[in-house]
Amino acid sequence: MPVALELDEVGFSYRPGQPVLTDVDLTVAEGEFVAVAGPNGGGKTTLVRLALGLARPSSGSVRLFGEPAHRFSCRETLGYVAQRAQVGTEGPVTVREVVSSGRLAQGGLFGPLRRRDRAIVDEAIADVGLGDLADARLGDLSGGQQQRAFIAKAFAGEPSLLVLDEPTAGVDAESQEALARLLGRLHADRGVTTLYVSHEFGAVEGIVERLVLVRGGIVFDGPPHALPSAWHDPSHAHARE
Amino acid sequence: MLESEFMRLAFATGAVVGLLAPAVGFFLVQRNMSLVGDGVGHTAFAGVAAGYLLGVEPVLTALVAAVAGAVGIEWLRSRHRAAGDQALALLFYTGLAAGVVLASSAGALDVDLFSFLFGSILTVTRGDLILVTVLGVAGLLLIGLLYRALAAVVIDEEGARVAGVPVAALNVLVAGLAGVTIGLSMQIVGILLIAALMVLPVIAAGRVAWSMGSSVLLAMGIGLLSVFAGLTVAYYADLPPGGAIVLLAAAAFVVTSALEAVRARA
Repeated sequence: MPVALELDEVGFSYRPGQPVLTDVDLTVAEGEFVAVAGPNGGGKTTLVRLALGLARPSSGSVRLFGEPAHRFSCRETLGYVAQRAQVGTEGPVTVREVVSSGRLAQGGLFGPLRRRDRAIVDEAIADVGLGDLADARLGDLSGGQQQRAFIAKAFAGEPSLLVLDEPTAGVDAESQEALARLLGRLHADRGVTTLYVSHEFGAVEGIVERLVLVRGGIVFDGPPHALPSAWHDPSHAHARE
Repeated sequence: MLESEFMRLAFATGAVVGLLAPAVGFFLVQRNMSLVGDGVGHTAFAGVAAGYLLGVEPVLTALVAAVAGAVGIEWLRSRHRAAGDQALALLFYTGLAAGVVLASSAGALDVDLFSFLFGSILTVTRGDLILVTVLGVAGLLLIGLLYRALAAVVIDEEGARVAGVPVAALNVLVAGLAGVTIGLSMQIVGILLIAALMVLPVIAAGRVAWSMGSSVLLAMGIGLLSVFAGLTVAYYADLPPGGAIVLLAAAAFVVTSALEAVRARA
């Protein structure tokens, strides 16, 4: 199967002698749904930044669809959902405006969106179940609904690779699982290579094919059911049933 | 009032400024950079003083200084060369100090300088109107053309960067437009108060707007009304126009806040 993301003996440090990641080997095939988990400070966000070409490794190489990640030529095919606290604006913005902004790289920087782009935006909004709230102000929605709007934004870009960085931070367990089910359905429908990065991985244990635990390096890489029981997230025990 | 040519010039210039300042300010406010206009305003003050010293039209030197200051703040911010509001503080105090030293050296610490600090209806010439109209309309057209891109950066800067949107260039563009706006607006509103015209209409509009697009348009409407009403009050009450304009923009915030409260109860 073609490879979407490949990290080969990757090391990274912000300061000399203080490595954040060492000897990371990770290959993600096109169409895979992988959860990347680990404790805070374990290097997950650094791994995301390296994978997206936003940072360059101190050693080793990172390739996206066969190209060096930092020089990847088709960035418009990358979808990214950041932590909820890091995105958005306190000003009034509607769900449709948020999702439309995800179509910018495809629709061009200048002028209004074309009809086809608007149709893709509407479809993405409907896919995440926010069709009735398309013109609602983002600030009037719950945390889970806001995060769904940003997932629709990422899907509006018709990505080849979708990276979600702590997408459920600050969202209750029930909303986390609803979000995970939504992602599972969208992945099944669209087959987008998905990297779900979170320290709270219990919600997606029952949905992902593969779980990667990061703690300065990769300490586990395999199907969630092979994870030692002590490492499971107790707040989502039923997700594994 | 409009029989006087200086008032017609002030209203025509004010119309451009009233629309442009909130349109640019919107993208600063939404990125929590509301006070950038203050820092850039003080750089413009240094530019005015440099104009007096060099014998060059102060509006032109202020424009250059304001754009350089705004782009400098953006450079310091984006390269993390100065944390948080340190870049702003650096520019704010350096601009003010340079302005005082240069103005004093030029022997221009007088009433003429005050007209730039607080605005003066009498200072707008036909040449100023042409400059403000050309640059102001160009700025508004640029914002209109790039609105979706600028909005995307406001909504999710990191997501836009990942998708290959030229975020750094767009941020420099907003900074440059802020510099141009301040350079163009200082005769009407004054260097010390121009930042308020970039911010207050945006905050007022945000109370009642139903979307980002409506927020920008409402802010521009409030800016325009504040300038027209402020100039009128300044003319009849013999007041500096900057103070009158900004107080009316602040009053607009009170009105929209009341409307928001009424809507919340309904």
